[in-house]
Amino acid sequence: MSDTVLSIRNLSVEIPTRTGVVKPVDGVSYDISAGEILGVVGESGAGKSMAGNAVIGLLNPPAHIAKGEIWLNGSRIDALKGEAMRRLRGKEIGMVFQDPLTSLNPLLSIGDQLTETMLTHLPISRAEANNRAVAALEEVGIPGAAERIDSYPHEFSGGMRQRVVIALALCAEPSLIIADEPTTALDVSVQAQIIALLKRLCRDRGTAVMLITHDMGVIAEAADRVAVMYAGRLAELGRVRDVLTQPQHPYTAGLMASTPLASAGKTRLHQIEGAMPRLDKVPDGCPFHPRCTYAESKCRAAPAPQISQDHAACWFPLMAEKVS
Amino acid sequence: MLAYTIRRVAQSALVLLIVGLVAFSMFRFVGDPIENMLGQERTIEDIERLRDQLGLNQSFAVQYFKFLEGAAQGNFGVSYRQGRPVAEILMERAPATLELAAVSAVFAIVLGIAFGVLTAIRRDGFVANFIMSASLIGVSLPTFLIGILLIYIFSVELGWLPSFGRGETVQIGNWSTGFLTSSGLQALILPSITLGLYQMTLIMRLVRSEMLEVLRQDYIRFARARGLKSRAINFRHALKNTMVPVITVIGLQLGAIIAFAIITETVFQWPGVGLLFINAIQFVDIPVMAAYLMLISVMFVAINLIVDMLYFFIDPRLRVDRAGGH
Repeated sequence: MSDTVLSIRNLSVEIPTRTGVVKPVDGVSYDISAGEILGVVGESGAGKSMAGNAVIGLLNPPAHIAKGEIWLNGSRIDALKGEAMRRLRGKEIGMVFQDPLTSLNPLLSIGDQLTETMLTHLPISRAEANNRAVAALEEVGIPGAAERIDSYPHEFSGGMRQRVVIALALCAEPSLIIADEPTTALDVSVQAQIIALLKRLCRDRGTAVMLITHDMGVIAEAADRVAVMYAGRLAELGRVRDVLTQPQHPYTAGLMASTPLASAGKTRLHQIEGAMPRLDKVPDGCPFHPRCTYAESKCRAAPAPQISQDHAACWFPLMAEKVS
Repeated sequence: MLAYTIRRVAQSALVLLIVGLVAFSMFRFVGDPIENMLGQERTIEDIERLRDQLGLNQSFAVQYFKFLEGAAQGNFGVSYRQGRPVAEILMERAPATLELAAVSAVFAIVLGIAFGVLTAIRRDGFVANFIMSASLIGVSLPTFLIGILLIYIFSVELGWLPSFGRGETVQIGNWSTGFLTSSGLQALILPSITLGLYQMTLIMRLVRSEMLEVLRQDYIRFARARGLKSRAINFRHALKNTMVPVITVIGLQLGAIIAFAIITETVFQWPGVGLLFINAIQFVDIPVMAAYLMLISVMFVAINLIVDMLYFFIDPRLRVDRAGGH
């Protein structure tokens, strides 16, 4: 881990409700290095997006960071407020949202939205910003970028719009990109292109990427390392190849077994019994124990070990031979 | 866009024809103008002769057609009461109403949008809550009551502003304006507030709710994530999107301002077309009433036409439809 860009330590996000405090993110730690893509997977409500929002400082009140630290390029940013945080957004941390159809302002041309972002963060002239906007569009593969700079979002297809969104997220050259389900709203045929684009751009620039998704296929395709989240907690962290082929946490193993494969001949998919607990009813001990086939009394009694290194948060991590 | 414009103009013409028809058919129930025009010493022959002269014994269809024929040439007949051409009387009175309506409209739109944005951005602030509560007064009190209240406070008790009339006016060509004298400007204040207050609160509440809706959109979130300044987000991104639906309502409300001027003009004895219309009803002055209604509907239709055209400038998605792109 030479140049760590983002470092999250023991991060907890809390939302006070009438019935008590819920913790959508609970004691999560991970690092992302320059040029590395960390895939964050989990079911809906596992807290993966919430952690991303916490990093970029866009948690919707009353959600707030209750505990833990977030470090970006060596400075602590979790306590930054208002104007200081705004300067980081776009400049140091870029974000790509799920739905490209609603991410762009329909009344402003894409050129306007690009130059506006650059002029906010970079000390350049308007003419220079225009040139860079065209270059940015060319880089993300918009054909005829110079002519299309004055086009409005509705004149592009969904995949093209996501390319524009990526250009917008990258135009001020941030060191970290948070991509929150960037391909979920796209056609399957376009998904691979967008992932490849994101991968190429970030490799070239050495940008760190937090790739939030529920799609194991996307993770396998793009990520270097993967963080599996369950009920707000980190279940497993590790290199993609290790986690996908030899999952140590029973939940990861269940997820892998329930991912459809084109090559497999099986007609029925495995499914994990039960459902992820509601955030206000997370059980004591390991949050996964009610659904875990390997659970023992220790799992019910003591919370699973917290991890920050490549490891599984499990008392009885699966060994290679236990995986069927 | 040209095809669209032509279609809208044709629709507008149809609307005007129908308004004329409805208005004309109602005049038959407001009373007999002859009663008012001839004195006590009238004879049956006098009545018959005058009725014949005014064409009132012709069939409804013939009367309506004649009215349309004249109106198309700008001739609305002669007022029964004043004995002068109606077009001339309206031209004399129109500046007063238009100036009042214009000032009210500016007041309503500028303050309405400003307060709407303010209450949307600082949703839970003290000032925003105060404005929202105070705006209930504007929505719930009837216009005439607001006028009387303002007169009581600012004219009777404080003696700051005049309670009736236009003050001194300056004649520029056919147009008499109150904008150029201090008494004319002072006289405009109370009636404009009275006339525009309801519209102001309406626009404000609409802008607020639309803006709150827009601020929840993904592209605002994305604009935040790009680190744009909050001023750029609120005004460049959010307000522009807010205005698309708001403009429709503003257009309708501008028409309403001109139409509702009747009440305000009555309260403040404002010498405009509204007051003229009220007097005309009392005297069953059919040519004046007909011309007034046509004038109001022309303005209504014209304003809405302009508003529809404005969409093309604000919303690029419509411009594509124009070119047949989608």
